[in-house]
Amino acid sequence: MAEPQRARPKPTPETQHFWDGTKAGELRLQRCDACAHVFFPPRPFCPSCASRKVSVFKASGKGFLYSYVINHRPAAPGFTPPYAIAVVELAEGPRMMSNIIDCPQTPEALELDMKLEVAFEPLDDKITLPVFRPAKG
Amino acid sequence: MRRNQVAVVGAAETTELGVIPNMSQLQLHADAALNAIADAGLKLSDIDGFATAVETPQQVCHYLGIKPTWVDGTSVGGCSFMLHVRHAAAAIEAGLCKTVLITHAESGKSMIGKAPRSIPADSLQGQFEAPYGVYGPPSMFPIPVLRFMKTYGITHEQLASVAVVQREWAAKNPRAMMKDPITVADVLNSRMIAYPFRLLQCCLVTDGGGALILTSADRAKDFPRKPVYIMGTGESVETPMVSQMETFNSSRAFKVAGPLAFKEAGIAHKDVDHLMIYDAFAHLPLFGLGDLGFMPYEETGKFIAEGNTRPGGKLPLNTNGGGLSYMHSGMYGMYALQESVRQMRGIAPAQVPGAKISVCHGVGGMFAASGTIVFTNER
Repeated sequence: MAEPQRARPKPTPETQHFWDGTKAGELRLQRCDACAHVFFPPRPFCPSCASRKVSVFKASGKGFLYSYVINHRPAAPGFTPPYAIAVVELAEGPRMMSNIIDCPQTPEALELDMKLEVAFEPLDDKITLPVFRPAKG
Repeated sequence: MRRNQVAVVGAAETTELGVIPNMSQLQLHADAALNAIADAGLKLSDIDGFATAVETPQQVCHYLGIKPTWVDGTSVGGCSFMLHVRHAAAAIEAGLCKTVLITHAESGKSMIGKAPRSIPADSLQGQFEAPYGVYGPPSMFPIPVLRFMKTYGITHEQLASVAVVQREWAAKNPRAMMKDPITVADVLNSRMIAYPFRLLQCCLVTDGGGALILTSADRAKDFPRKPVYIMGTGESVETPMVSQMETFNSSRAFKVAGPLAFKEAGIAHKDVDHLMIYDAFAHLPLFGLGDLGFMPYEETGKFIAEGNTRPGGKLPLNTNGGGLSYMHSGMYGMYALQESVRQMRGIAPAQVPGAKISVCHGVGGMFAASGTIVFTNER
């Protein structure tokens, strides 16, 4: 029997650009051309002003640790507990769920507000996940 | 909506609560419904309005043999039943139906006749949350709590005291699942589930159900039980993705639903004799106390830790023992409503003496939705 795998995202027409971006090593966000609101998750209109004129841009990949849990049980398929499930606030404003790599999964090491930078973790030839690591310097 | 125009005239839980291996989820609906109908002194043929969540109205109505002229299948998680009460009150006032039955049931422990929850890989949750290892409510619901604690200076001991105080209430309730006293140390030494939460800060997983019957206040006086009037109601939704909440320092859905209900009821916080705040996890009462405006968020942890919500305290909270100690089948809102009704009827096992106004506040999903009902026993 195959090892249980972690959940694989399946892109939709509205999110494909995001997953194309991560595969190319870019974290892509969207900005409203009318009101400049930056938003996530992806959609082809602005959730603030309803304009359909929105642009995709490459985000800085920088952010900070907004909150997290360290999951012990039950563990999701493909994960070895304990592992942190984090919410990162990006420099551009939106927040996203992610994992924190290159860092002990402990309350001592995972300090709220610590600076983070994006990294990319390929799951297969189609999907690369954005994850975050403590920012250098 | 006008206050006190609609009343609860029937209320009951399933005959058994806890582990019920001999009944499917659908039969649990029927068991609760039949108990509530008997409580109200009605026949099934008297029911002309019906609401439920997860199961469809057509499924439960056909099983029970009900022919409704109004249905509501609002299914926004554990507070769906608060929303059903609100919608039913509006429907009765509008003349769409006269007598509404609301049922909840869940084979949450035994999983008999219950469809497993699944997250499609192409949903937003499937793309932007599931790949990071979320796996059921314990891995998701507590995600905001560390930020909330840091912002307001809430301590781990204060969050542990939520479970301790609610166990004190549960000890007074023969139907509570967990009745043995616990200490803050017991909570902080219990098995880690999802840091910062340990086993005793997470809700139970049980089987059970409950049902309510509502009719106009004018008709309510002819029923066998003391009517419990709907004084005020509120509802809202925010997001099904916990990571996308506007802030982790409060719940937007709570902050819309709660104040709406208070305004409609025309009450101030000092008027509240009894309070239920849906506690799937130990941080919810703190969010609720702050978001409903009872006190500044900074004071919520201290307020509970100092005993203000315990038996004999000035704001009795979660007097059945809550989702942490009474029962939690998955969608606990119905049991919070049942306890508010018992308190307003004056028949609760841990009765708050002379209570006239009860506020019952629910959450759906992981802060995804909210519903608030203000009850009173005086018209």
